[in-house]
Amino acid sequence: MPFFYSVKQLRRLILLLILLAGWEFASRYILDKTQATLLPPPSGVLNGAIELSFSGELWKHIRDSLAREFIAFCYASVAIPLGIVMGCFKWVNEQVDPIIEILRPIPPIAWIPLSILWFGVGNTQNQFIIFLGIFFPILLNTIDAVKNIEPNLIRAARCLGARGWNVITRVVLRAALPQIVTGIRIGLGVGWMALVAAELVGANSGLGFLINDARTVLRTDYILDGMLAIGLIGLTLDRLIRYAARKFMPWSRALNA
Amino acid sequence: MSALKVEHLSKIYPALNNKGQAVQALDDVSLEVNKNEFVSILGHSGCGKTTLLNLIAGFEAPTAGRIECAGKEVKEPGADRSMVFQDYALFPWLTVRDNIAFGLSIKGVDSATIKKDVEHFAALVGLSSFIESYPHQLSGGMRQRVSIARALAVDPTVLLMDEPFAALDAQNRAMMQQEMIRILAEESKTVVLVTHSIEESINLSDVIIVMTRRPGRVKKVIHVPEPRRMIEDTPSYLAVRKQIRELISDEHDLSEVS
Repeated sequence: MPFFYSVKQLRRLILLLILLAGWEFASRYILDKTQATLLPPPSGVLNGAIELSFSGELWKHIRDSLAREFIAFCYASVAIPLGIVMGCFKWVNEQVDPIIEILRPIPPIAWIPLSILWFGVGNTQNQFIIFLGIFFPILLNTIDAVKNIEPNLIRAARCLGARGWNVITRVVLRAALPQIVTGIRIGLGVGWMALVAAELVGANSGLGFLINDARTVLRTDYILDGMLAIGLIGLTLDRLIRYAARKFMPWSRALNA
Repeated sequence: MSALKVEHLSKIYPALNNKGQAVQALDDVSLEVNKNEFVSILGHSGCGKTTLLNLIAGFEAPTAGRIECAGKEVKEPGADRSMVFQDYALFPWLTVRDNIAFGLSIKGVDSATIKKDVEHFAALVGLSSFIESYPHQLSGGMRQRVSIARALAVDPTVLLMDEPFAALDAQNRAMMQQEMIRILAEESKTVVLVTHSIEESINLSDVIIVMTRRPGRVKKVIHVPEPRRMIEDTPSYLAVRKQIRELISDEHDLSEVS
């Protein structure tokens, strides 16, 4: 069974392999030298990746980018208590909501010029941009989750003797958790995109810096390697959260159904 | 002393906007439930019977009148009036064990007692072997058993049941009614049940309170001759059923009452 399954999975890669082969062929035999420099063949990209990983440079940039994403996420997680308070108390929502509605449509990238003036080029500025990317998806999903809690769950808790703080920690937070995790997933994705943009213009390290720096020395293979790393890490982050959610909240699909 | 006393209770829902009309859901409802008595509130949907139950539970405040539970005025929800909901309202993130334990752990009962009590009530509703399951792994009937165990575990003065078997199919409903009779034989409880099923109310109750249509009033209080030993199609059963049907058919639209 597992054998057939993996064969089936491999079949899905046929088109990808054909395209890669076509690319390799075009780059080697059709494009002239200048063009081939701009689009190196997959084998060249692979060689670049091997160079970058053996020199340790790739890992350093990945580590710096991930550290920024992680620190920004820690700050952005204040969106969870804020969202719960906004979902539970109408008057807080009334006051905070207009501010959020104005700030939310501004893309994190639009904050880059101002943030460079505020924080200079470096970690703080990068983290600020990522923070903006992560914060709003978590906040909006948390508010929505709290508002959509089945009212009978709250009633059930109250007629079993729970009140105030107990209702929030034992029912509201738990019932909202699956959608909060969805918010975190979306937020980390948006944050990861914002991170690369922030590093393109205002960093001395990180994957965004790597691909921009490679541009100045015309190392297109490094550019492609950096782009691939950005994509693969984004995908991995998303899968890890999904995996963790399924593992630690086996009931969550039942709740959302 | 009666377990539950409802005096001259009225509930008016104000108009939602200036075009709408205020709705009087309940009008001067008074009733008394004695200790260990099973009382059914029977009526059409829209007769305010669920409103009455919500007021007793403390989820809503009455417009006029007063509710007393064991001599204490009802002002907010509390574990002395735990409820079994039609949609079960189990906490999906908790196992059967932790659902049943919820009220006890809020009370601050020590864990050894909780464990003992949870196992007792899980056994009472016949779910001992599913104690570590999550609600989504259980069938509708089993979920309602958990809900009953959870509500009984806090040892309420009055157990409130809001159409608890309405979401189940006919066979499960009949079985759950039998289960309820068995459970109450083992664990005597004061119960207020809201239902639109005449048969259910006859099968389970000591007293049936028939409500009028909007605004809800008490139309008639019927004492069941042999509570929880009524056998279908016997003359006394048919007599009670006929009496209730006539009371209800006065409330014109018969379609919703089975």
